Amino acid sequence: MSTVSKRNWRENPLIWPTAGLALVVAFNLFFGAEFFSISIQDGHLYGNLVDILSQGARVMLLSLGMTLVIATGGVDLSVGAVMAIAGALVAALVERAGLGFFVAFPAAMAVSMLLGVFNGSLVVFARIQPIIATLILMVAGRGVAQLITTSDVIIFEDPVLEFMGQGYLLGIPFSLWLVAAIFVGMVLLIRKTAIGLLIEAVGDNENASRFSGINASQLKLIVYGVCGLLAGLAGVLEAASLSAADPIKSGELRELDAIFAVVIGGTALTGGRFLLLGSILGAILLQALTVTLYNVGVPAAVAPVPKAIVIVAVCLLQAPRFRTQISKIVGLRRGK
Amino acid sequence: MTTETILRVTGLRKQFGPVKALDGVSLEVRAGEIHSLLGENGAGKSTTIKCITGAYKADAGEVLLDGVAISPQSPREAEQLGIGTVYQEVNLLPNLSVVENIALGRMKTGFLGRIDWKHSRVRAKAALDKLGVSIDLDEKLSALPVALQQMVALARALDVDSKVLILDEPTASLDEKEVESLFQVMNRLRESGIGIVFITHFLEQVFRMSDRMTILRNGKYVATREAKGLSREALLQDMLGKAFEEMQGRPGNLNTFSEGLSGKENRLVVNGLGAPGKIKRLDLKLKPGEVVGLAGLLGSGRTECARLVFGIDGATGGSIELDGKAIRQGHPRTSIDEGIMLASEDRKTEGIFPNLTVRENMVVALQTRRGFFKPISKEEGDRIARKYIDAFKIKTSGPEAKISELSGGNQQKVLLARWLAAEPKALILDEPTRGIDIGARAEIEKLIESLSREGLSILMISSEMDEEVRCCHRVLILRDREVIGELSGDDVSESEIVKLIAAHA
Amino acid sequence: MKFSLQRNPLAATIGVLLLLYGFASSYYDGFFSLRIIANLFTDSSFLGVSALGMTVVILSRGIDLSVGSVMGFTTVFVAHLVMVEGLPTPVAWGLALIVGTLFGAFMGWLIVAYDLPAFLVTLAGLFFAKGMGYVVSDVSIGIRDSFYDAILDFSIQIGPGAYLGAGALSFIVFFFVVLYLLKWSRFGRYVYAVGGGEDSARLMGLPVNGVKIGVYAFNGFCSAFAGILMTLYMSSGNPLFGVGLELEVIAAVVVGGTLLSGGVGGATGTLLGVLTLALIQGIMNYDGRFLPAVRPISVGALLLVFILIQRFLVRGKEES
Repeated sequence: MSTVSKRNWRENPLIWPTAGLALVVAFNLFFGAEFFSISIQDGHLYGNLVDILSQGARVMLLSLGMTLVIATGGVDLSVGAVMAIAGALVAALVERAGLGFFVAFPAAMAVSMLLGVFNGSLVVFARIQPIIATLILMVAGRGVAQLITTSDVIIFEDPVLEFMGQGYLLGIPFSLWLVAAIFVGMVLLIRKTAIGLLIEAVGDNENASRFSGINASQLKLIVYGVCGLLAGLAGVLEAASLSAADPIKSGELRELDAIFAVVIGGTALTGGRFLLLGSILGAILLQALTVTLYNVGVPAAVAPVPKAIVIVAVCLLQAPRFRTQISKIVGLRRGK
Repeated sequence: MTTETILRVTGLRKQFGPVKALDGVSLEVRAGEIHSLLGENGAGKSTTIKCITGAYKADAGEVLLDGVAISPQSPREAEQLGIGTVYQEVNLLPNLSVVENIALGRMKTGFLGRIDWKHSRVRAKAALDKLGVSIDLDEKLSALPVALQQMVALARALDVDSKVLILDEPTASLDEKEVESLFQVMNRLRESGIGIVFITHFLEQVFRMSDRMTILRNGKYVATREAKGLSREALLQDMLGKAFEEMQGRPGNLNTFSEGLSGKENRLVVNGLGAPGKIKRLDLKLKPGEVVGLAGLLGSGRTECARLVFGIDGATGGSIELDGKAIRQGHPRTSIDEGIMLASEDRKTEGIFPNLTVRENMVVALQTRRGFFKPISKEEGDRIARKYIDAFKIKTSGPEAKISELSGGNQQKVLLARWLAAEPKALILDEPTRGIDIGARAEIEKLIESLSREGLSILMISSEMDEEVRCCHRVLILRDREVIGELSGDDVSESEIVKLIAAHA
Repeated sequence: MKFSLQRNPLAATIGVLLLLYGFASSYYDGFFSLRIIANLFTDSSFLGVSALGMTVVILSRGIDLSVGSVMGFTTVFVAHLVMVEGLPTPVAWGLALIVGTLFGAFMGWLIVAYDLPAFLVTLAGLFFAKGMGYVVSDVSIGIRDSFYDAILDFSIQIGPGAYLGAGALSFIVFFFVVLYLLKWSRFGRYVYAVGGGEDSARLMGLPVNGVKIGVYAFNGFCSAFAGILMTLYMSSGNPLFGVGLELEVIAAVVVGGTLLSGGVGGATGTLLGVLTLALIQGIMNYDGRFLPAVRPISVGALLLVFILIQRFLVRGKEES
């Protein structure tokens, strides 16, 4: 039994994000005590840890959708652009068209989902590689967002949106409640329907899934649609947190953060097995890393450098060839 | 004609894990002869070729070319030594021109690394002339028909002064006329003194073209025979590994079971199913509990039948009925919903989900049949998995083990469980025992019998004819993508099957 | 012989280019002039050099998302070396080209040696180069240097009011270099071979791994080169330069008829693709009424149309 549990320990994909988080926390124990300070002001929680979670909320949303897409063997580069479109749309509808939240928000969500389905149909029907298919919207989406706002930043005032982006519920930022609810909802959906198994089967061996009667096209359309929807929600959250929609800056380079969160979270880019919790942890790790770097005086603009190193390191650790090389070196040492 | 031996291979051994792919293979090719290398699936033909050309490293054995021991490290090195190889799938670059496909990797360059195209063209032209074909050197390869692409591959293999040319199933994707022109080229090369190793599964072509042939079975050398005066029956006996006298009869209980079927309604009726290039026409009737075998050599159209009936490939004509109800063709999902299922011969690419667990692999077909919103709970899946693990004696650490950690035989049993869990009415088993050990084979045969007793209709394909003889109530014999005969009752025997296959149309 | 898109893959690109240019010439006074054409080359010099590098990558069936960031990094790197470190400009350029090439080679090595997906490695490269740009300097550095002035003063007159400056000339010369490389060098033909079928190329005994690393190294060189052209164009270095440019670069290559599935296409098409994108920008500048948003949308739409055409062509081939 001991061998089994040892192997399970090593193969558990959650090990990497957890170890990474532990490293960041340990680092902060020594170098940055302010990392852990939590205070309560006006009944709201404040502090680095809360910031990490609330600022990480958007990447968490993106990474949840991205996880599903990657599990089918695809990828969605357009999530940043979809964020910008959704934010711009909500702002324009509320501020310029004078519509209420309850019209503007569903409209933005519907558009986001359709954009996802558009990506999906390029992948499924035109059989374009996912990277390229979603690149199109990544390019054009920014322009669409600019068109919606007529190139300006739209500043808006809406109580519901303000609460969504900046409000607190029971002392905890509302955006976190939202992410938690969506995460639980997705987990339940996966448990209560067969979609998880079918997605994993398609990603693991699409050909065999055809022989098992699985409709891979339908699944992919759903998954890209969900990814678009969640990206749109993240975009609305971002705009709501600033009470402004910036068609250029909103969601910039977020697609990379989302992909990184998924990969660090233990879902392989080749598709198949996926872990929603891992992606959440990956998103938190990414944000914790950013905050820590900021605390030790690394400017935010330089943060991509360590991010890049982390992601390549994680990919190498997952690469079979690198693993055999390492185990050879370690084995040699032990042998001597 | 010379009789000088140009290529001599002795005692070739190669093991993949526990599987002995080659166990003492020998081959002797003379200059100026066409030498066929024959054997059924898994006989070791491809592995032998790969060991000769350096694609694999043999564990033991010797390869002598012109009396000199060689051990090329790659097909490219073998080519330079004088052993050219042409494969069934053209391994060339469709996006480049004919001359580049022949010359790439051996081009001369001059000032500023400028490629000397003239030099390459002259050599390419010479190589094509040697074959006696003329192809526009500047034509893109993808614009040529497959047969001409093959000529380009030949020209590439011959560009260096080849002594031995290996042709691995070169005729598989050619039509009759194209085969004829390939044969002309082969004859021409034979006359020029090249030793040709010819691999094909078309016996007609073997008899027509070869001077001699070497037969392999299960990785072992069986015999080398002169083509002249050899009878088809004798060759088949070599290939199948037993003399007619030794071939098994069948267990009597099969016949008594068959007799009990006569009054029953047909379960599966296939009428005139066909598709060009796959199978000319398939008519088939299966009663509940009946096991029907499809027999024939490799390439006779057995797997094509299975795929058409299941609907993974679309048929151009014909109909399928299950229990009197017409089944929409070309949709595996519909077939599964109605109860027609196929356990494919290609476990790896069409069967298993390598990173998923045994349990998930077992329930996936049942799950698609039930649909999205009726998930099989982990508990129920666990129950199903345990049931089949016990029933089929699957060796695994449990339902949550990754299927890729199981041996081939156990993976096969998991796949069988997948289909049985989905409650089929008619099950197609394509090579259910391929690549698994003898013990597991016997268990699968036993399983087929008990399923038949429970009323499941089974269409079975196996390269092991004795297996079909032991399991099937009736056997349809296929040759050249056509059903050419049927055996039932006591007539089902290996020798009868072989006679039908060998007989001229 | 019957005309077919498959035999004339550039027809669609040429058609779009002529249509756009024809429309613009008839709609806007003075658009039909050598000056405008010369400007197209000047304004697209860095995009063009980078797209030529990307062409080689895509021909080998790879992708490199890091080009924009490497360009941006190069601009601040060069500006920093010249203005802060006081290095002679040619030395700074040489160092930048070496750094770019090595960076590309390193990414290529990761891709080849560990079988990592190219898009992921180069995405990390995008992050890395972007961050490193800010490490060098987080503010724009203006370049005032006699060498730069001399080069900026140099130009060839090709018509009344139409000048080709150093940037445009570099782009044109570089185009011929890549054209030669792809058509006449062993490396170039091997790139096509690897893109046409990696396994077949390996079976033919071609140095596939070396070619793949070489492709990324070459593209790293091109990105750095393009970055240097950018410093000429902008007279400054800024880590913000080049953000999002990778998409336009890929779009230019695809619009130029190079297939994303590798092995088919070339430098000539890319030149046309670059000019098409430059023309769109030129029309927008000339008209002045378009929102800047129109540009990414039209690039995206163009990309979509051309990718669909490509799919249609490839599928047609499979069926015939």
